[in-house]
Amino acid sequence: MTEHELKQKSIAYRKTILTIINQCGAGHTGGSLSCVDILNVLYNAVMNVSPANFDDPNRDRYIQSKGHSVEALYTVLADRGFFPTSGLDTLNTYQSHFIGHPTRKIPGIEQNTGALGHGLPLAVGIALSAKLDERPYRVFTLLGDGELTEGSNWEASMTAAHYQLDNLIVIVDRNTLQITGPTEDVVALEPLASKFEAFGYAVRSCDGNDVGELQRTLSDVPFAPGKPSLLVANTVKGKGVSFIENQVGWHHHVPTADELTQALGELDRAQQLLKVG
Amino acid sequence: MELGRPNLEEFASTLIDLAQTDRDLLIVTGDSRGSGKLWPFAKAYPQQVVEVGIAEQNLVGIAAGLASTGKRVFAVSPACFLTARGLEQIKNDVAYSDNPVKLVGISAGVSYGALGSTHHSLHDYAVLRAINNLDIVAPADNFETREAIKAAATHPRPIYLRFGKKPMPHLHAPDTTFNIGKALTIQDGNDVTFIAIGEPVGRALAAAQRLEADGVRCRVISMHTLRPFDTETVLHAARNTSALVTVEEHSVYGGLGEACAATLMEHGIQLPFRIVGIPDEYTVTGSQFEIFDHYGINETGLAQTARQLLQVEPA
Repeated sequence: MTEHELKQKSIAYRKTILTIINQCGAGHTGGSLSCVDILNVLYNAVMNVSPANFDDPNRDRYIQSKGHSVEALYTVLADRGFFPTSGLDTLNTYQSHFIGHPTRKIPGIEQNTGALGHGLPLAVGIALSAKLDERPYRVFTLLGDGELTEGSNWEASMTAAHYQLDNLIVIVDRNTLQITGPTEDVVALEPLASKFEAFGYAVRSCDGNDVGELQRTLSDVPFAPGKPSLLVANTVKGKGVSFIENQVGWHHHVPTADELTQALGELDRAQQLLKVG
Repeated sequence: MELGRPNLEEFASTLIDLAQTDRDLLIVTGDSRGSGKLWPFAKAYPQQVVEVGIAEQNLVGIAAGLASTGKRVFAVSPACFLTARGLEQIKNDVAYSDNPVKLVGISAGVSYGALGSTHHSLHDYAVLRAINNLDIVAPADNFETREAIKAAATHPRPIYLRFGKKPMPHLHAPDTTFNIGKALTIQDGNDVTFIAIGEPVGRALAAAQRLEADGVRCRVISMHTLRPFDTETVLHAARNTSALVTVEEHSVYGGLGEACAATLMEHGIQLPFRIVGIPDEYTVTGSQFEIFDHYGINETGLAQTARQLLQVEPA
C-alpha cells in the first residue's frame, strides 16, 4: 500500500473511531487517536495477517497490551475485513462481544487484554514458541507509555533478551500523557530508549503518527539480529483533531455531538487537502 | 498404609514419561526446577524447558502465550507465589483468554512449614474458585498425582494442580479409575463421611480406620477436584451418612468445606457438619505435619471431630 493510501486510511479510521465512541458513549479517545497510525501501518503494510490466513500458524501476531485503545483496533480490523463494519455499532452494548477491551471473541484478536502490563509477557511466550518450532512469524505488541511502570514489562523484557527473540517487535505508543497527566510528572520514564537498550533491545524511534516513517521503520525488523526490537513511536495523544491533541482530559472523554461534528469537519478538510496534495 | 514417594517426585517423573512422546510438552519454571524436582527433566529434555527466573507474573504470561500456540505448557512454581504474585495473569491471560495452561503449584498449602506464611498457600482454592474457566485439582497420593498430570497434559481447559513434597501413603486399589471432576470413594460407610482434598486425605483415612475400631463406619472420599465440583458424590454421601467432615490444607474460608456447605444448603440437606482446615489466625510455626497436628488435621483430631458430631464417646 502506498504512503498516500495509508494516509487516507488513517483519516478515515480517525473518523470511525470518533463516531463509534460518540455512538456508544464510552471509549478511550486520546489513546486510540495516538496509536491508530501504528495499527494502520501494521495491518496494511507490515504484518502477514489477514482474515484469510488467521488460522495459519505462521501468521504474524499482534498483541495490543494497551487494550483500552480498542476502538482503534476494532476500526482497523473491520476495515481489513475480519468482521462486518456493522459490528462496531454494537460496541459496549448489552450482550455484544464488542466490549471495551480486546477479546478473542472478535475475529482477528489474538488475546484478551485490558489489564496493563500483560501484553508483553504474552507476546514473549508466542515469540518463544516460534523460535522453538522454527516458525517464521513475528510478534508485534503495542504498549502504552503509561503502562511501562508495570514491572511485568521489565520481567518480560529480560526474558525476551535472554532468549534472543529477534522475532519480537515491541512498539511503545509514546504519547507522553497518561490519565493523571504527563508521564514524566506521574513517574518519570526517561531516559526511556536507554532503559530499553540496557534491557537488551535494539531500539529505534520514529514519528509514530507518520505512516511513511512507520512503514520504513517497521519494515526493517529485526533492528538487530539476535535482539528483540523496540520502537519508541513518538505520537501525539488525540492526534488529528486540534482540540483533542495533547489534552489529558481526552484520555477517555467522549466527544459530544457538537464536538464530533467539529472533529469530523477537521478530518474532512484533512482528507480534501490530501486529495489536492 | 504403605508409604509412597512425594507427589512432587511422582509429578516430575510423570512429566518425563509424557515428554518421551510429546515434544510440544513444555515446562516453564521460575528458578524452581530444583524445588520442582525437575532437574532430570531439564537434563533429558533441555529444549522443552523455559526458564524465566524469579518472575511469576512473567512466568504465567509467557506460559499463556506459549499455550496459545498449541504447546502443552506446565507452568511450575511454588503455589504460594504462583497463585498470589501471578494471580492477575492467571485470571486474565490463562482463564479469561482461555489459554489451556497447566498451572502447577508445588509445595502447596503448608508444605514449607516453618518457612512461614509468606511460603504458605492457604488462599489458592478460594481465589481460584472465584475465577471462571479454571479447573482445580489437588491429588492426594502418587496414583492421583500421576493420573491428574496425565489428564492435565491433554486437558482442553486451563487447570491448576497443587501438591506437596512429603511422601504420601498409597490410598487406592490398583483397579481405580481417575477422572478429573469425579471424586473417589476410598471406603464406604454410613455413620460419618470424611470428604478430604489433597494431602490430608490419608489422615482422614487413618481417622476412619481408628473410628472403625470403635464401631463407627466411615465413608472416605478423596475430592481431588474442586472444580468442576462433584456435587453428586457430596449429596449422595450426605443423604446416606449421619455426619460430614470436610478436611483440607487450606483456609477454612473459601475452599472445599464451604463448597460442600453451599451444596448441602442449596439442596436443603442439613446434617452435623464440620469444616476442618487452617483457621483464620496467624498460622502456628512448625513443619507441615506439626501444623496438621496442631489444627487437628490428623488421625486423633479428625476422629475426635467425627465423634463430636455423632455424639459418641471413644470406645
